[in-house]
Amino acid sequence: MTERPEFVRELATDNAFGVVQKPLTTFERIWNQGYVRKAAILVVLALVWELYARWVNNELVFPTFLATVDAFWDGIRTGGILQRAGHSIRILLQGYAIGLLIAAIFTGLAISTRFGQDLLETLTSMFNPLPAIALLPLALIWFGLGTGSLIFVLVHSVLWAVALNTHSGFKSVSNTLRMVGKNYGLSGLGYVTKILIPAAFPSILTGLKIGWAFAWRTLIAAELVFGVSSGSGGLGWFIFEKKNQLEIPSVFAGLFCVIIIGLLVENLIFRTIEARTVRRWGMQT
Amino acid sequence: MTALLDVRGVTLQYKTRDHLVTATYRVDFEVLQSDRFVLLGPSGCGKSTLLKAVGGYMTPVEGTITLKGREVTKPGPDRMMVFQEFDQLLPWKTVKQNVMFALTSGARMSTRAAEEKALHYIDKVNLTKFADSYPHMLSGGMKARVAIARGMAMEPDILLMDEPFAALDALTRRKMQDELLQLWDDTKFTVLFVTHSIPEAVKIGSRILLLSPHPGQVKAELNSNGQDKIDSATGMALTEKIQRMLFADEVEQVHD
Repeated sequence: MTERPEFVRELATDNAFGVVQKPLTTFERIWNQGYVRKAAILVVLALVWELYARWVNNELVFPTFLATVDAFWDGIRTGGILQRAGHSIRILLQGYAIGLLIAAIFTGLAISTRFGQDLLETLTSMFNPLPAIALLPLALIWFGLGTGSLIFVLVHSVLWAVALNTHSGFKSVSNTLRMVGKNYGLSGLGYVTKILIPAAFPSILTGLKIGWAFAWRTLIAAELVFGVSSGSGGLGWFIFEKKNQLEIPSVFAGLFCVIIIGLLVENLIFRTIEARTVRRWGMQT
Repeated sequence: MTALLDVRGVTLQYKTRDHLVTATYRVDFEVLQSDRFVLLGPSGCGKSTLLKAVGGYMTPVEGTITLKGREVTKPGPDRMMVFQEFDQLLPWKTVKQNVMFALTSGARMSTRAAEEKALHYIDKVNLTKFADSYPHMLSGGMKARVAIARGMAMEPDILLMDEPFAALDALTRRKMQDELLQLWDDTKFTVLFVTHSIPEAVKIGSRILLLSPHPGQVKAELNSNGQDKIDSATGMALTEKIQRMLFADEVEQVHD
């Protein structure tokens, strides 16, 4: 066998290359935007809804998309759907805030003492699987028919999800980062706020999102059971009322409103927080 | 000349899930001002554990560690650590903010002074163009440079480096070694450097402490001029001499 010949090549000069980088087409650039793709999905879903409802052709069972939008618009103008939504959101925010506060206290205890950690782990494994709505009958006895009961079940639905995620986030902070923090002479509160919280932020954010979704679900469900607090009920009660009056398009409009608020909070609030924090920091792609 | 760092009779132990491991046994050494002091030994000789103890992350079960006459009890900014891991930079801060954060929280400097100093040291490691980049946008070598800039900007009494270049590719590693020596020529900082690579120890170190494994004990302390000098008594190059000392038993076995 003969030896293979060696060779050395002259490299092509820069201007000899053809296209090395070329800009994406306009369509590609538009399609790369997340909200464009998601909007397209929503349009397709609305279309499928409309076609199916027309095929069913029974407004009492399944009103069309357009009828629902119409009822929604009507609800906004005269039926006070925004007021109802505002009422729900106000209660929701109260419950959410109190839940976060208690979660912060529990996780604070859990990271500073071993007993606190055992306490949190036991409590979360006990109460996290318990549906908040199952506590509603008890809450009604304890707090009466009113905002107090709603807030109690809300706190229960937010607290464990947030505490669990935050705590597991803290536990997974890398040992190197911990040592770096200690190296700067940080300790106590400074160490927690300047090292642990930002380092665990992806998990904390997930906890906040899950907590929000749980709270929203629990609230609508609780309002469906009883919504008459201080004279005007929330969105859940709106849905319940309209069902009793057999105004099915309005029932759909109520659900529609729940969905829209969910989409807005997820895409405007949480996505913005994500883009400004964990994505910019390369902690999430 | 009195020692800057005095490690005297230090025995270190740590617990794993089911064992109590003695990492080092009665280790003594002294680091003088502007030393490039290298802890060298095979894996299992407790060199990283020893560095952690100097950093204040571990307490010796026997013996004392004193820095400038004060006993080391906890971590502090007078002993800045440079780690091997790429995640030692805070990912939520830019390069400049990472260096500044060390200065404002560790050295309690004002923001303005910290910024000036941070930019000065970032420039020293040739990363001025990347001052506003986040760590995840940098290569491994650049991250190591930021960590060194951060450590040096604090102007600690002693800089502790735990195999800082071990995770880098060979070309980058050589470049980083050269840069570190150049930085030392500029500022003559004191550094305690852990490595398992004999050529790296000979190149970086001015004084090399050889540790034997399981548990780590002092085998020898040698001088180096960075040139792999020939020992006049034995005619052996320094790397070869170290090789013989660390692996004497295995060499004999081969000759049998």
